[in-house]
Amino acid sequence: MVSKILIFMLWFLVWLLLSWPPRISSFITGALVSAFVSFMTMDILVKDRPSGRSPLRYLWFVYYIIIFLWECLKANIDVAWRVLHPKLPIRPATIKIRTDLKSDIGLTFLANSITLTPGTTTIDVDKQNGYIYIHVLFLKEGCPDHDMRLPVVSKFERILKKVFE
Amino acid sequence: MNETIGISLIVIGLVFDFLGCLGLVRFPDVYTRLQASAKCVTLGTCGILFGLFLFKGFSATGMKALLCLAFILLTAPVSAHVLARGAYRSGVKPCKDTVIDQYGESINK
Repeated sequence: MVSKILIFMLWFLVWLLLSWPPRISSFITGALVSAFVSFMTMDILVKDRPSGRSPLRYLWFVYYIIIFLWECLKANIDVAWRVLHPKLPIRPATIKIRTDLKSDIGLTFLANSITLTPGTTTIDVDKQNGYIYIHVLFLKEGCPDHDMRLPVVSKFERILKKVFE
Repeated sequence: MNETIGISLIVIGLVFDFLGCLGLVRFPDVYTRLQASAKCVTLGTCGILFGLFLFKGFSATGMKALLCLAFILLTAPVSAHVLARGAYRSGVKPCKDTVIDQYGESINK
């Protein structure tokens, strides 16, 4: 029930931002429309979730966003430097790394973060065996290590595990 | 004050967008080009939109810019991932400089 109300609030927020500045008429229309849309999309978006997760995970999510934005900025400066360098210093590779995340939303966030951070793009996810295939722009020596992990990915994974699982 | 920060953010965003497009021309194959476009263009466009938000404040335009920013951050990586996967599955080979190709090994099994 709580997640259904959360979905309604999310659609209502999107509506409000679209029809800014808020008026009474846009409030009423928005409530009706987002009630209808959340009723229609509920079965797709709401899945059974494990209960008993601590509310601390919202704090971890905020921490994750800060870390993510910082890594994203570093990644962009790194790629920009490689683009501008006259010798084009790249060592591309597609590698397989291991992940411990199981839930769909956790994997989605991890894959999206990988795509937006240092020289890596997710190509494919093998959910059964827990592998992610990524394309790396500059493969460092000794990466991935014997455990098939990359430092940056493990960093995201540790936080996402606290948030979604 | 807000306008100064906003305009400088727009300029920074434009620089990153330009570098992303330059990467699109200079890099050797599909996957490395996707790297350049997915990263630099995402951050550049987000910079422009956030600058626009600071410039316009909490007005109709500013709020729509914020909304666009959230949607771009959510959808740009997904499209880059789907393009890379689709290209690989339809047989586009990575360039000669590629050091390791574990994904190719896994789908050719």
